[in-house]
Amino acid sequence: MVNFREYKIGARFFGLALGGSMTITLFMPSFDLRNVNATEMALDKQLWAGHESGFSLDDPFLTGEHRPVRVTLKVDPKTGQPMAPTVAYVYPAGTPLPNGVDHPDNLGNIVEQLSRDKGRIGEATKSQGAVFLLSSEPQGDGSKQFYIENASATKGWNPEEVMKAAGDENTYHASYGKSIFVREGCWWCHTLLPEETQDWQVFGAPPMLGDFNGESPTAFGSDRKAPDILHVGSRNSSREWMMLHFFNPRLVQPHSIMPRFDYLWGPVDDKGQKIDFDKWRAEYNEYVDGKRVTPPEVPMYASNSDARALIDFVLSLK
Amino acid sequence: MFKYLFARSEDIPEGSAAVYFGFSAITWFVIGTGLGAFNAAKLAFPDFVTGLEFVSFGHMRQVHVHAVIFGWISMAFAMAMMYMTPALGNTKLWSEKLGIWNAFLWNVGLSLGLTLLWSGMTSGREYSDFPWFIDLYIATFMTIPLGINVWMTVIHRKTQGIYTTNWFFASAVFMVSIVFIVGNLPEWFHLTGLTEAYLTWWFAHNVLGLWITPVAAAIAYYTIPKVTGNPLYSHRIGHLHFWSVVVFYSTPAAHHLMSAPLPEWLKSFASVEGVLILVPAVAFVSNILLTMQGKWNMFVENLEIRFTVTGCLMAIPLNMQGGFQQTRAINWYIHGTGWIVAHAHLALLGFSTFLEAAAVYLGLQTLMKRKLYSLTLGNLHFWFLLIGFTTYWVSMTIAGLIQGAGKIYEVPYIDVVMAEHPYMIARWIGGSLVFTGNCFWLYNMWMTARAGTVIPEGRMAHELAYER
Repeated sequence: MVNFREYKIGARFFGLALGGSMTITLFMPSFDLRNVNATEMALDKQLWAGHESGFSLDDPFLTGEHRPVRVTLKVDPKTGQPMAPTVAYVYPAGTPLPNGVDHPDNLGNIVEQLSRDKGRIGEATKSQGAVFLLSSEPQGDGSKQFYIENASATKGWNPEEVMKAAGDENTYHASYGKSIFVREGCWWCHTLLPEETQDWQVFGAPPMLGDFNGESPTAFGSDRKAPDILHVGSRNSSREWMMLHFFNPRLVQPHSIMPRFDYLWGPVDDKGQKIDFDKWRAEYNEYVDGKRVTPPEVPMYASNSDARALIDFVLSLK
Repeated sequence: MFKYLFARSEDIPEGSAAVYFGFSAITWFVIGTGLGAFNAAKLAFPDFVTGLEFVSFGHMRQVHVHAVIFGWISMAFAMAMMYMTPALGNTKLWSEKLGIWNAFLWNVGLSLGLTLLWSGMTSGREYSDFPWFIDLYIATFMTIPLGINVWMTVIHRKTQGIYTTNWFFASAVFMVSIVFIVGNLPEWFHLTGLTEAYLTWWFAHNVLGLWITPVAAAIAYYTIPKVTGNPLYSHRIGHLHFWSVVVFYSTPAAHHLMSAPLPEWLKSFASVEGVLILVPAVAFVSNILLTMQGKWNMFVENLEIRFTVTGCLMAIPLNMQGGFQQTRAINWYIHGTGWIVAHAHLALLGFSTFLEAAAVYLGLQTLMKRKLYSLTLGNLHFWFLLIGFTTYWVSMTIAGLIQGAGKIYEVPYIDVVMAEHPYMIARWIGGSLVFTGNCFWLYNMWMTARAGTVIPEGRMAHELAYER
C-alpha cells in the first residue's frame, strides 16, 4: 500500500528540498565562516573567557570550577624584577584550554600559523596548565597581527608563579563572571551585539566577522530590555558604581527595572561579617518611604564572591 | 495512566496515549503561562518578590519559554498526532504502549530539564538552552519515539492515499528530529563563535518553521473538515502549502541575525526566502477559510471551530509581520524590541495555541466519549485567552515601537524604560488573563472526564447539546 508511485516521487523531492536547503543554509556559509582570521578582540575574549561559559562537564552548574583568570603583571614572575604592565591569561592545571589552543584551525590560517610557530601553543596541556599572552607581530603595512603566545613554553612561566606575582588585586575572574552572566540570565535583557544601525553611536562599534572566533556561547541576546553592554567597560569603568548597581539598581538609577542581584554577595562581606539582608531591605524601604535621608550602605563584596567575578567580567567588556 | 505502562498492549484502551498527552499538555500550559505572568509582573514591578536567586527573572524566563514550547505546544501536537493519524488512516495507533511510555518519559524529561534550567544549568543558547544531555534525551525519548509511532501508523493505514494532515505530521516529526540533532551541533561538538550563534538561530528558526507552524496548520486541516462536515476546499492548495513550507520555511534562519556580521549573501538570501514564507501562509489561510463556506454559523456556535478559525485569522497578521519585519528595510528599526516579543506570542500564543486548544478540546471529548462539562467555562476560556493575548500583543507592539524609536533617535535608555512602564503593566494583566483562562480549562477538562455527559456510540461531540 505504501508503494504508491506518487509517494516515491514525493519522498525523493522531499529529500531534495530539505537537502538543498541544508546545503545552502549550512554547508555554503561554513566556507565563509571557517576562513575568518580571529581579530585581537576575539583572541582576547577567548583567552579570558576560556573554553566554555555555558554548561560543560568541567563546570556543570556554572559555579566557577576550572576557570582561567586574567592578570596584570607588574613584576616578572621569574625574576621578581619590575616590568611594564603585561596582561596574562592564566590556566591553572586541570583548566580546559581555550578553543583556539585546542583547535588552532578555528583561529584562521594566519593566526593559526603564528600561534603555532611563534606562540608554541601546541605545547600547552590541560593537565599541566599554561599561561598565555596576546602577542603581536608588526606587519609590512604598519599594522599588527595578533596571535596567542604560550608563555609557559616561550618564557617558562608557570601558572602558580604568575598568579602569585600578580596578586589578588590584579586578578580578574572574568571567565567565571561570564558564566554568571549566562546563569543569571543577564543576556535576556542586556544584548552583546550593537546593531549595524545608529546603535554604534551610543553603544559602540558593531562587532566584525572575526570578533567571535572561539567564543562559546556568544550570548548575543535577542530581546533588548536594557542597554547593550558589549562595550560597557569603555563607557563606565567604576567598580563602585557597578557594586551599588548590582546590589540594588534603584540606588543609582531610580527608574531601572533591573532585578537586584544582592544574593550574589553570598552570606558574608569582605571582612567575613555576616550580611544582614533583611535589615538592609527594611532600611532601604524606609529610605524609599522618605523615613531615612540616605539609603543603607552597600556591603563590600568578598574577594571570592560571585559579585566580584561578575563585576570583573562586566568591566572587561571594553 | 501509570497502570498502563506495564500492561499488555491489547489491555490498553484505544486513545489512552492521546488522553495522557492531552491532559499533560493542559497542565504544562497552566504552568507555562503562570510562569509567564509571574515574569511579566517582575518586568512591571522589579521589586516584586526580590533577592532570591530561584525566583529571579533571569532564572525563570527560559523556563517559561520551554514549558510552553515543549510542554504545552509539543505535547498538544503529540496528542493530536496520537488520535488524528490513526483516524485518518482508518486504523489504530501503531503502539498504544509506546505512546503511553512516550508521554510518561516526555513529562519526566521535561520536568528534569526545566528544573536544571531553573537552577541555572544552561547552554546559554536561546531556544536551545537545555544542556546537551537533555537535548539528547529529547531526541531519543521524546521526538523519535513519537515519530516512529506516527510513521508506523501511516504505513499501516487502511486507506489508499494519505490525507494532507498526515503528510504534515509525518514530515514534521522527521524534520524536528533532524533539526534537533543538527541544531545542537555546537553542543555535541563544541562549535564556537559565529558558527555557534548562527546554528543557535538556525535551530530556533527551524523548530518554529518545520515543527510548530506546519503541525499547527495540519491540525486545522483535520479539525475544520471534521467538525463542519465540509470536505477540504482544495487538496492542491494543500500541496502548495506543504511544498512551500519545506522549501521556503527551512531556509531563512539568518534573518534572525540581520545585524550580526554574518556573510551578506546569506542575510540577503534569508531575507528573500523570508518574504516567500507568505506563500505557504496564504495557501493555508485561504484553504481553511474557504473550507468554512456555508458553515460560518459554526464560527459562533461551535467552540472548536471558533478556536480554529480565530487561530487561522491570527495567521494573517502573523505572516504579514513575519514576512516583512525581517527585511532590512524594517528589521533595523524593530529588531531586538518588544515588537519581536509580541510577534513571537502572536505565533505561539495566538495562531498556534488556538489551533491546538481546538484539537485538545475535540480530541479529549472524542476519545473519552464525553461531552464538554461546561460550555460557559469553555467560552470563558476562549475569551480570557483572546482578550488576554490581544492586550499582551497590542501593549508589546506599542512598547516595541517606542523602543525602536528610542534606538534610532538615540534616546537615553532609561527614558525608554520609563516610557514602556504602562505597557509592561498591560502585558502583565494580559498574561494573567491567559493564565486564569487556562485554570478554567484544566478544571473544565477534569470535570469532563469525571462528569461529562456520555456521548452515544456513533455520534460526535458537537452533535450533542451542552447541558451546562
